Amino acid sequence: MIGDALLLQLGYNATLVTIGATLLGMAAGVGGTFLFLRKRALVSDAISHATLPGVALAFMVMVTLGGTGRNLVGLLSGAALSAAVGLLLVSWLGTRTRLAEDAAIGSVLSVFFGFGIVLLTVIQTMSAGQQAGLEGFLLGSTAGMLRSDAMVIAVSAALTLALVLLMRRPLTLASFDPEYAVSIGQNVRRTDLAMMGLVLAVTVVGLKIVGLILIVALLIIPPVTARFWTERTDRVVMISGAVGGLSAYVGAALSAAIPAVPTGPIIVLVGFVLFALSLLVAPGRGVVSALARHRRHQRRVHLRQGLLAMAQGQPIYENMTLRLLHRQGWARPDGVPTELGRGRASRALRDESRWQVIRSDPAFEAATAQDDGLTDIETVLTADQLAEVDARIPRAEALA
Amino acid sequence: MNGAEFVPLSLVPLLTGICVAVACALPGNFLVLRRQALIGDAISHVVLPGIVVAFLIGGTISTLPMLLGAAGAAVIAVGAIEAVRRLGRIETGAAMGVVFTTMFAGGVLLLEQSDTSSVHLDVEHALYGNLESLIWLDATGWSSLLDPQALASLPVELPRMAATLLVVTGFIVLFWRPLKISTFDEGFARTIGLRTSPLGLALVIMAAIAAVAAFDAVGSIIVIAMFICPPAAARLMTNRLEHQLAWSVGFATLAAVLGYVLAGYGPLWIGMQDSVSAAGMIATVSGLILGVTALVGPHRLRGSAAPVG
Repeated sequence: MIGDALLLQLGYNATLVTIGATLLGMAAGVGGTFLFLRKRALVSDAISHATLPGVALAFMVMVTLGGTGRNLVGLLSGAALSAAVGLLLVSWLGTRTRLAEDAAIGSVLSVFFGFGIVLLTVIQTMSAGQQAGLEGFLLGSTAGMLRSDAMVIAVSAALTLALVLLMRRPLTLASFDPEYAVSIGQNVRRTDLAMMGLVLAVTVVGLKIVGLILIVALLIIPPVTARFWTERTDRVVMISGAVGGLSAYVGAALSAAIPAVPTGPIIVLVGFVLFALSLLVAPGRGVVSALARHRRHQRRVHLRQGLLAMAQGQPIYENMTLRLLHRQGWARPDGVPTELGRGRASRALRDESRWQVIRSDPAFEAATAQDDGLTDIETVLTADQLAEVDARIPRAEALA
Repeated sequence: MNGAEFVPLSLVPLLTGICVAVACALPGNFLVLRRQALIGDAISHVVLPGIVVAFLIGGTISTLPMLLGAAGAAVIAVGAIEAVRRLGRIETGAAMGVVFTTMFAGGVLLLEQSDTSSVHLDVEHALYGNLESLIWLDATGWSSLLDPQALASLPVELPRMAATLLVVTGFIVLFWRPLKISTFDEGFARTIGLRTSPLGLALVIMAAIAAVAAFDAVGSIIVIAMFICPPAAARLMTNRLEHQLAWSVGFATLAAVLGYVLAGYGPLWIGMQDSVSAAGMIATVSGLILGVTALVGPHRLRGSAAPVG
């Protein structure tokens, strides 16, 4: 069953929804990257919560006009309108009053959502219209979706993705280096507006699939995940799109295959699994690689300090140092240096004395900048320079 | 409306609403000033997985395990946000976004997968609570307030919220000076020997306590609104922290009372038959208050922030 779903074998509607979700996930991943890079990730939370009153009002208007209130295009238009109002209010509160952006986000989010709940309770008491399903906008529900709705979602997700890809270049520039973007004549304010427009589009299209509470995850988790793998903006954008698409695809397929699994939460959880994996194993920024780096550094420090202690005939008490020295074959388990260890120790001491000479000499300033107490000075200075340094070491011949 | 009707039906929800609003608005003042306003948002989202897990373990929908579950989830969330922020070197907002959406999604999934049909536990309830259902059955009028027998059937949410309010107020009074100094000038607070990080953590825990105690009665949405809207509105009214707290308490109370009344009786005035969600209405009113202060508040502009910035 799950295999069927992943291979898009679960019927026309489920396939359409899965494809739509995948496209939306990619659009969200790419669009979310720009939000993340501009450190405005949570603005999307305000936008998504602000859709609720719009959905409810659109429903009421459509019912008043004599419809059933189930027209998806109508509901989504309402959502887009009220989300835009919410977005304007966030930026108005953030720029025209002294409130910080997080307070602006939080107040718009909670107030719009609260007002939406009020409208939902009003709708519950209305006799006309088919109200069932409006709650689906909270957490996303793709089960039993009409074919026309699935079509709307697939097409609008494809359009959103196309839009994001079209605007990739100016957005990348504005989020990576706003000052430079301004200097080459780009209107960053307009680019920002466009970015918010994209986020709004992603949110509105995602309402039916992921739901308004969790859509923010689709905009935040992929870029954060992608950031672990690369330092380059253009690659973050691509990886993030891939992560978003993959989470949405797997999530939507699982939700279609397993009963009572709502689409939104499962997509978010798949995305989180990708995030957690990246947090752990990504090269460079991942936890495992950071731990390995830390261990390597720790080893070098212990060995270095151990060698220096041996060279100066001091006893070593630190167990880890003893163990490391022994494993290198530089010392016996009780800390007495071996022949090899003695040679290493005197080399370490000579290295240390050389460093000491150049540390106090401004002529070697560039070389001193690489002094971290571990680097071998022979990798920093030329042979001639070393000879000059050695000449200035007091009793250098006694050490060598 | 006379006492015989008001006391059993509306007194308890009204007082509970006020307690919730003030208990959230008080720590909210510091959160807003410290730019941690969205902590309340994150905490109130992760309450759901907490109560679901508590329900799955305990098997019943009794209050204490659920409060413990919610509190545990809040602590885990705060820890996880910090871990993601540090381990991944990610800015706080994004770290929060990752953690609270994931925990909320996990909660929803657990809820849908487990058999909770026999009990009243659903996502909507956690979101917008049920303030209106806090009916005091045994009350007959104002005299019931002095009648121990009637008081015994007082909905437990009210005394619980009142106790929470006391705890939160006590914390703020006790740590007033360190809180104030570390909120405005963390560097200075550290130089005079204040331990600012435990203090910051304690503040977040206070906020979590208020949020967890409140969600059961009123749902998450009102909690987020009360953490942010009254303090933000108060911030636009004054430059002094003492006055800001006073304003925020006033605004919170106003929002609770006005919101409850409008939700209960407003629809009747315009010819509809049923009341609307009180929690939603209280949040809406608090937003309107913020809107008014953002338009006319004496200190709404950035330039007027002389001492604090």
